[in-house]
Amino acid sequence: MRKTKSIALGIALAVGTFSASGAMAATTLENVKEKGHLQCGVTSGLPGFSQPDEKGNWTGIDVDTCRAVAAAIFGDAKAVEFTPLTAKERFTALQSGEIDMLSRNTTWTLTRDASLGLNFAGVNYYDGQGFLINKGIGVDDATQLDGATICIQAGTTTELNASDYFRAKGMDFKPIVFDTSEQTVQGFAAGRCDVLTSDRSQLAALRSKLADPSSAKILPNTISKEPLGPVVRQGDDQWFNIVKWVLSVQINAEELGVTSANADAMLKSDNPNIQRLLGTDGDMGAKLGLPDDFGYQAIKLVGNYGEMYDRNVGPDTPLGLDRGINALWTDGGVLYAPPVR
Amino acid sequence: MKKQTIDTRPAGPKPWNDPRVRSLFFQAIAIAFVFWGGWVLVDNTLSNMESRGISTGFGFLNETAGFGIIMNLVPYDATMSYGRTFWVGLTNTLLVSAMGVVAATILGFIIGVARLSSNWLVAKMALVYIEVIRNIPLLLQIFFWYFAVLSNLPSPRQSVDVGGALFLNNRGLYLPEPLTQEGFGIVWGGILLAIAAVVGIRIWAKKRQLATGQIFPTFKVGVAILVVVPLVSYLVAGSPIEWDIPALKGFNFGGGITIIPELAALWIALSLYTASFIAEIVRSGILSVSKGQTEASKALGLPNGLTLRLVVIPQAMRVIIPPLTSQYLNLVKNSSLATAIGYPDLVAVFMGTTLNQTGQAVEVVAITMAVYLTISLLISLFMNIYNRAVAIKER
Repeated sequence: MRKTKSIALGIALAVGTFSASGAMAATTLENVKEKGHLQCGVTSGLPGFSQPDEKGNWTGIDVDTCRAVAAAIFGDAKAVEFTPLTAKERFTALQSGEIDMLSRNTTWTLTRDASLGLNFAGVNYYDGQGFLINKGIGVDDATQLDGATICIQAGTTTELNASDYFRAKGMDFKPIVFDTSEQTVQGFAAGRCDVLTSDRSQLAALRSKLADPSSAKILPNTISKEPLGPVVRQGDDQWFNIVKWVLSVQINAEELGVTSANADAMLKSDNPNIQRLLGTDGDMGAKLGLPDDFGYQAIKLVGNYGEMYDRNVGPDTPLGLDRGINALWTDGGVLYAPPVR
Repeated sequence: MKKQTIDTRPAGPKPWNDPRVRSLFFQAIAIAFVFWGGWVLVDNTLSNMESRGISTGFGFLNETAGFGIIMNLVPYDATMSYGRTFWVGLTNTLLVSAMGVVAATILGFIIGVARLSSNWLVAKMALVYIEVIRNIPLLLQIFFWYFAVLSNLPSPRQSVDVGGALFLNNRGLYLPEPLTQEGFGIVWGGILLAIAAVVGIRIWAKKRQLATGQIFPTFKVGVAILVVVPLVSYLVAGSPIEWDIPALKGFNFGGGITIIPELAALWIALSLYTASFIAEIVRSGILSVSKGQTEASKALGLPNGLTLRLVVIPQAMRVIIPPLTSQYLNLVKNSSLATAIGYPDLVAVFMGTTLNQTGQAVEVVAITMAVYLTISLLISLFMNIYNRAVAIKER
């Protein structure tokens, strides 16, 4: 199935230019407005980040990142259609124009930023790679994993990090590479591997999928930096700015104490920072090609970054992840958004 | 001939009325369209990729891959290049394909013959096998063999132990590996000698049979020579083989040869699935040989085995070979489903991880398609040569 898809995308890339002159003229924003919805690439199911429920409604922090952009453009957080993609399909889907933005727990690296024709528009979750291990094996630290068999999902930075880590430590491991995270968990549950490695946030999500989550534990080691964020095509700076600034507005909103609940009340605020954020003063939206109240819409309909975090991956969710380094810079984290002015 | 036509018709038709000129003209236009279409596709792809800032070219093949692969027939580690991952994937694909072709052929012939058995139970069992296996999607069968079988195998520490040398667990089948020691050259000599002797005996036996009609038991004598001569030379050389026996170290068994469950599951699924189609092809081939042939052979006094071997099968092969070729091609192409269970074949390694780490989708997909095309054309070529050898020779 994936093979056909890659080939189809290749053909799309090849034949694309027949309409290229027209497509090039129209910006991504114009295309999105004409379609009436935002096409957003997400995972095929990762709790907390992007997952459909039984009614087909998508939830997750990556999903909310897309919804905020839709809210900023249309004033309607539901004007999004989601395209589930495997790790291997995601970049081709974005390159070929099948989706308008990719929000699929994707790690920002130099190679991806520079050679794929893509731009990373910020970070919506600071992650790091860890190990999930069966409690029965009796290993407490990743340095004891010499000779272990490890289940990995194909097409991720994880594959390279694991290899680098073991090489640096002079240890040996056997990689079993699966296509989807679903199959990776199945392989781990069937005992094909001793360890499952992935981003720590994913490990928490995948662990919650096991028949008996308490049978496995996450090792304390973090072996890599994984800044995850939304991605757009290179060459459309306006669209790049829109995605970047909608996320920044959400982070600034948390810093300024603006939430979806008090957004209406905050419209009357005297604080010039809040006025610019919500569009009651200045023409911030016009500079991006958006309505002036784009910030208000994104916050009112989706929420600020903190709400997005707590709702999807925070301590009260099945994932139960503390804010950690994803806290605001004022709270000891690394979230620091440029000012809206 | 052509000249004559023109000569005898001095006042020939105008060029646009001449059917030969016209057909040449339209063929030229058709070819021009094909080339133009191809050029537009390539040119568009290149300029599209350039305008979108996607890097192109094959330079990435020399970059360090940096990821591990569980099974490699050619030497590989993470410090080697992306180009090397291509060879690792390719050899893994070829291995599972070759194993699958052999197993599917043997199994297919047995089931195909069984389907025609006069024994009611045997025939019906073959029928049920064919109808069940060929009507279930291959991917499901691969998952079945992988997850159903895997979850029933014990963990490494509770391995099934056969004589302290062979171990089976959910990480694979561990076999002792023979390591040839000094003096093994004598054994190789013995093997070559035995093969030469068998070939010689066969030629001599055939000559004698043609001259005198006497039949020599070539097969039995040949097998005896092939077993005895290398065995004797092995003992003479002082048993120059040491066995590397797998042993539990830490998480897993180390040493020896490992057959990973992914390979086993894929091999079993591909073989069983393709065998069900081959069985039907074999059945149709055998049924295509007219009953008169068998009856004539019996009338000449040939026993059942010889009738099948000398009369029925050679004629059936003419019908069997062409569709059998298609099944081999299908098997090779179906092996790309390996990616679903993590067997590191060409599609999983090269078109999967390598494509994703480098982002060179167009190049990688083009290489992969070219490889499958080449493998398929080679199989077709060899099967066509074989087909010509067994085809009816018109004299």
